[in-house]
Amino acid sequence: MISAPDVVAFTREEELEDDLYREPPLPEEYSVPLFPFAGQGANPWAKVAGSKFTRDFILISEFSEQVGPQPLLTIPDDAKVSGTFDLNYFSLRIMSVDYQASFVGHPPGSAYPKLNFVEDSKVVLGDSKEGAFAYVHHLTLYDLEARGFVRPFCMAYISADEHKIMQQFQELSTEFSKASECLKTGNRKAFANELEKKLKDLDYTRTVLHNETEQQKKANDKGYYTTQAIEKANELASVEKSIIEHQDLLRQIRSYPYRKLKDSEFHPYEPECALDRADVGSDQDPAASDPAEPGETPLYTHVPSYTPKLIKAKSAKCFDKKLKTLEELCDVYFFTQTLDQLHHIERTFRGDVCYLLTEQISRALLKQQSVTNFLFEDVSFLDEKPPEKQYRGCQGLGQDAIDEKCSEESLAPKVVISLGSYKSSVECVPIKMEQEMEDSEEPKMSESVMSEHQENLDYLDADIKGSISSGESIEVLGTEKSGSGLTKSESQASLPVMPSPQAGRSKVGSRRTVSEDSIEVLSTCPSESLIPEDFKASYPSAINEEPYADDDEGGLRFTPRANPGVDDGQDDASKQESLVQVDAACCIGKESPNFLEPLPELGQKPCEEDGVVRIPPQPYRPAEQGLRGGFPSHDGLSGGLLPYELDSRYLSGSREVSKSSLDECSDSTSYISSAASTCSDRTPSPAHLGSAAGERHRKRAGQNALRFIRQYPFAHPAIYSLLSGRTLVVLGEDEAMVKKLVTALSIFVPNCGAYAKPVKHWVTSALHLVDFQKWKLIGLQRAVSPAGVNVLHALSRYSRYLSILDADSKTLRCPLYKGTVVARLADHRTQIKRGSTYYMHVQSILTQLCSKAFLFTFCHHLHLPISEREPEESVVSRRMNFLKLQLGLANEDIKIVQYLAELLKLHYIQEPGQGGNPLLRFDYVPSFLYKI
Amino acid sequence: QKSSVQTIGEEQIQNPYTELLVLKGHQDIVRFLVQIDDCRFASAGDDGIIFLWNAQTGEKLYELHGHTHKITAIAPFSSSDVTEEKTDLIITASADRTVIIWDCASGRQVQKVSCFHSTVKCLTVLQRLNVWLSGGSDLCVWNRKLDLLCKTSHLTDAGISALVELPKNCVAAAVGKELIIFRLSASNNGSEGWNILEVKRLVDHQDNISSLVSVNDLTFVTGSHIGELIVWDALDWTKQASECNFWDSSVHPDVQPEIKLSQSPHDTSVQHLTSDDECVFAAVGKGIYVYNLQMKRVIACQRTAHDSSVLHIEKLPNRQLISCSEDGSVRIWELREKQQLPAEPVPTGFFNMWGFGRANKQASQAAKKMHENTPVYFLELVGDLIGHSSAVQMFLYFGELGLATCSADHLIILWKDGERESSLRSLTLFKKLAQNGDLQLRL
Repeated sequence: MISAPDVVAFTREEELEDDLYREPPLPEEYSVPLFPFAGQGANPWAKVAGSKFTRDFILISEFSEQVGPQPLLTIPDDAKVSGTFDLNYFSLRIMSVDYQASFVGHPPGSAYPKLNFVEDSKVVLGDSKEGAFAYVHHLTLYDLEARGFVRPFCMAYISADEHKIMQQFQELSTEFSKASECLKTGNRKAFANELEKKLKDLDYTRTVLHNETEQQKKANDKGYYTTQAIEKANELASVEKSIIEHQDLLRQIRSYPYRKLKDSEFHPYEPECALDRADVGSDQDPAASDPAEPGETPLYTHVPSYTPKLIKAKSAKCFDKKLKTLEELCDVYFFTQTLDQLHHIERTFRGDVCYLLTEQISRALLKQQSVTNFLFEDVSFLDEKPPEKQYRGCQGLGQDAIDEKCSEESLAPKVVISLGSYKSSVECVPIKMEQEMEDSEEPKMSESVMSEHQENLDYLDADIKGSISSGESIEVLGTEKSGSGLTKSESQASLPVMPSPQAGRSKVGSRRTVSEDSIEVLSTCPSESLIPEDFKASYPSAINEEPYADDDEGGLRFTPRANPGVDDGQDDASKQESLVQVDAACCIGKESPNFLEPLPELGQKPCEEDGVVRIPPQPYRPAEQGLRGGFPSHDGLSGGLLPYELDSRYLSGSREVSKSSLDECSDSTSYISSAASTCSDRTPSPAHLGSAAGERHRKRAGQNALRFIRQYPFAHPAIYSLLSGRTLVVLGEDEAMVKKLVTALSIFVPNCGAYAKPVKHWVTSALHLVDFQKWKLIGLQRAVSPAGVNVLHALSRYSRYLSILDADSKTLRCPLYKGTVVARLADHRTQIKRGSTYYMHVQSILTQLCSKAFLFTFCHHLHLPISEREPEESVVSRRMNFLKLQLGLANEDIKIVQYLAELLKLHYIQEPGQGGNPLLRFDYVPSFLYKI
Repeated sequence: QKSSVQTIGEEQIQNPYTELLVLKGHQDIVRFLVQIDDCRFASAGDDGIIFLWNAQTGEKLYELHGHTHKITAIAPFSSSDVTEEKTDLIITASADRTVIIWDCASGRQVQKVSCFHSTVKCLTVLQRLNVWLSGGSDLCVWNRKLDLLCKTSHLTDAGISALVELPKNCVAAAVGKELIIFRLSASNNGSEGWNILEVKRLVDHQDNISSLVSVNDLTFVTGSHIGELIVWDALDWTKQASECNFWDSSVHPDVQPEIKLSQSPHDTSVQHLTSDDECVFAAVGKGIYVYNLQMKRVIACQRTAHDSSVLHIEKLPNRQLISCSEDGSVRIWELREKQQLPAEPVPTGFFNMWGFGRANKQASQAAKKMHENTPVYFLELVGDLIGHSSAVQMFLYFGELGLATCSADHLIILWKDGERESSLRSLTLFKKLAQNGDLQLRL
């Protein structure tokens, strides 16, 4: 609504609109091919045309102890998706950057094998030869039969768009963590189950052996032991040892949740605690894809019907046995849950990165407008759970004070950590160039943050160093320790930094020498991984590095330059730098209506010589805690208005600007075919707003509305009726036609609360006053029957509350409209062709109206006297002056804003949980009959 | 004749009611609305349920169940004993021959009497004596604790249709065509003992008395089904003035008797009476008549104020009059004074304002005679409220809080001044903002 994703290069929308509405096709010679390179399987916006797959997909691979890395499955499960892309090869790549500290075995000094509950590792890697970039999430599952009891797996999100991976790293990481947590939870249960069975087997075996030994003893009267007997005794001893070992393992796996819960950061996927306990409170993690169903509980309770088997002392060689499948490893229920989650990920991240970001920005902004967003937003959107944004900064606002405050206040449970990282980053700056101090820096960083993971970290470091120093061809863009990525230190943005493009090398990455390999490490950052956005941030910063960069690449692509001289520890600085510059970039993203305008005052060069905007929208970091409800200060307002609120760009929304920009986007070409927005995907991006159905509905409603305003010259008063809260009745014989009109007009109906729109598509009985309270747009059947007469009689009786659009005779009876807002909203000469574009156009104008209504509602002195003695009349005149002069409203537009303001008031003062009485407001104004 | 009903367009500048709340709850005709205090009222009707409402918010406060049949009478009874704090009670009588006292604060039934031989049709509270009276086939006097203090003998099977309190511990009861004056006197022996005596029977009405209202300490008025209006002296119960046939368009009843015949008796029934110090306002058939007590004549009227019978009228402090009718509408009238120039040659416009269907000669002559030395009044329609789909039984005027109307369509509608409500909401909004601390600048 706030920003139109249309500005993203459209490939093709799957228009599901009626064929009626489709524009006549252009003659072949005039039409611009949508996919000029489609024949070659290439993407017109793809920077790297070499990708061998058609769209993003998720790959699950395993490092099999028998055959090495192998792909297991892809999502979507469609051979077309991966195309000629070599999954086997890529599996090898992604499996070889596993930085998990997966160590299981006999640690020195311990008699029994010890399970190590390792963290997942998150790595971004790129393979420029293949044109593939991937977010790789490694995890380890337990398998009793596997070597060292572990089975390394990984899930990878593979895209041709490097920027997408980088920019959505945090989101990907969050989503994949959920999937991983689900898998691991299931795996722990399955593993424990398996252990129990094994224990039973062993127990049984021991009994059998014991009996045999006893019998032999009895049978043996010679007084000495036969070799057979000795063997039996040995066997018995080894079985007993095995039992102890397995019991220990079982204890370990069962103790997992208790151990983990000590971590402040840990969100259990669900408490899988004891196997014999019912799964209570299984949905502790609100983000978990689905709480465990009660029905599946029996799966984990002990199955009594299990008959123990006799176990041979020597198990089969590992190459002979068949390894368990992933499904067996994690239990069917959790496996399907995981698949659901992965499908969800695939759907969420489908499409162009620009689209995703714009969508995220506008959603984040809408979330802030908690006071007004109920009016015209989709109900589904409002009902949605807030997305788990991990970042809490408000770099976009550039208010460092706020940043620090909210980071300290909002992260109550994580205070220690965020303070820790905060401190470290602060201290980091002065010593940026002093490499010798880096060592002293490192422990400080770790002490507060990493103490819990200290053990793992050691492994991790070892691992990284190992893999990198080996001169492997695979390079890592970024890694992150899972579970620790939940905080970031906002304060970094505020730090003064020296621009130093070379400083951005990671300590590990910088050690490597230039290799001819196609896969390159862009950065890794095991210990600083607390600051995951920095990766995202560091990417756009490249643009701003241009003036300082001495090479032409300038860093739109953050390609690594081998720079062995620059040492570790400077990545902090470079990140800080990049964050500062992201500020500016964020602003562009935020003001998306004016997003096309270059902002030279920011010292940026968003446009290159060819006039192509090269800055994709930046991820928006909402000030979640800072400005609750997004209120401007009313203290400030009472004296005068805040300057920005009277900015005509925001309020009066010059028609030309919005029109021109919208007209552009109605084309299928776009001025902002950003180089950065590599569309690796031909499928349309599904709106985050949920279902494709909602999207489709919008499109259809927009298309119908376009038709309506073109067809009916009296569209303006009809829309005015809806906006001013006067119920509009669409009267007609043909249900389909009436419903179509109702759908078209429904986009103009303000919501009365956070429930469904007050629209009734089809009514056949006589209307009553209560209906007008409930519904603001009604489709009514005209019937030639006694009942029909009643219907018409009721209409004429209540005509003062109604506007009546007669779909059969094409007349409209409603009050006069002489304002200007609706003319902008519904210009019958509009050049907009697409339904969805028009829908967004409408939404943007309605947003302007909402902001006016917001100002009007929350300006204290407009409604209450400034001083005690001030007469009511002067308040009224001040109010009218504000509406007319400050908000620039004319005539009936005032009524619209007043109505919206009433809705805002009602919504705000309504107690939560209490429905409140719906009230009907009306005016005694004369109606006129409009004809075509 | 149809065109004679005055209509007002959709533009009603003087109509303050631009917002409404529909109060749902009743399952049958809502017949009674009674005010409890400044912001509460009770509603009752044929479903036997009593609802208590907040007149400001429209909130349903209580739902009182206890009667099994329709409610026939309801009266508020606020006790103001010096010893205890003020408690608001309401008394309800029902066709199930019970009377229940309810506590409005708790919504609970305080007490129930079910010893009646017939349905109690009217209830009157004598606040001064701290007793209340129930009128059915006999008249009973009760105290607050629901002790029967005394009762009359069986009066009539039809029962008492109306009761009004008169000075000197007297009450007037309308029983059929008769008006009976009773006097309450303290019995000699007991402190709480009362005797009730029939003092006088007035048999001046030709037909059943349909309405009975007390104007002031000196006067009360009765109206009958055939349109007689009698003004009585409240002290000596003598007839001060009477008006009959004033509904007739021809002022002289001897002329054009066919017009009178054409009118059904229903059209001439005095449905409701209300008064202020100067005038008595009568709802007669479809029309509204203003009878001046000093001039002893009708000073203004609206013969067809509604499409069907007017059921209830009330005088507002600001010279306005509200009427509701079986046609489902509520109309707001204003009594205006018009200085007619004596030399005005063509009085037709004047007749139209009076609502005369056709200006015949006699009427014009009569009118001329009438306004020779007096200011001329007329009732002007200033607004109408359309919301109910069936007969509006009654309404309750709450001053600036609005107007509550109840109807046979089971609904109660609260009509409110939209401007006032809007500014009240703003006030609430800023209070809540301050409460939530949203007014503070957040850093």
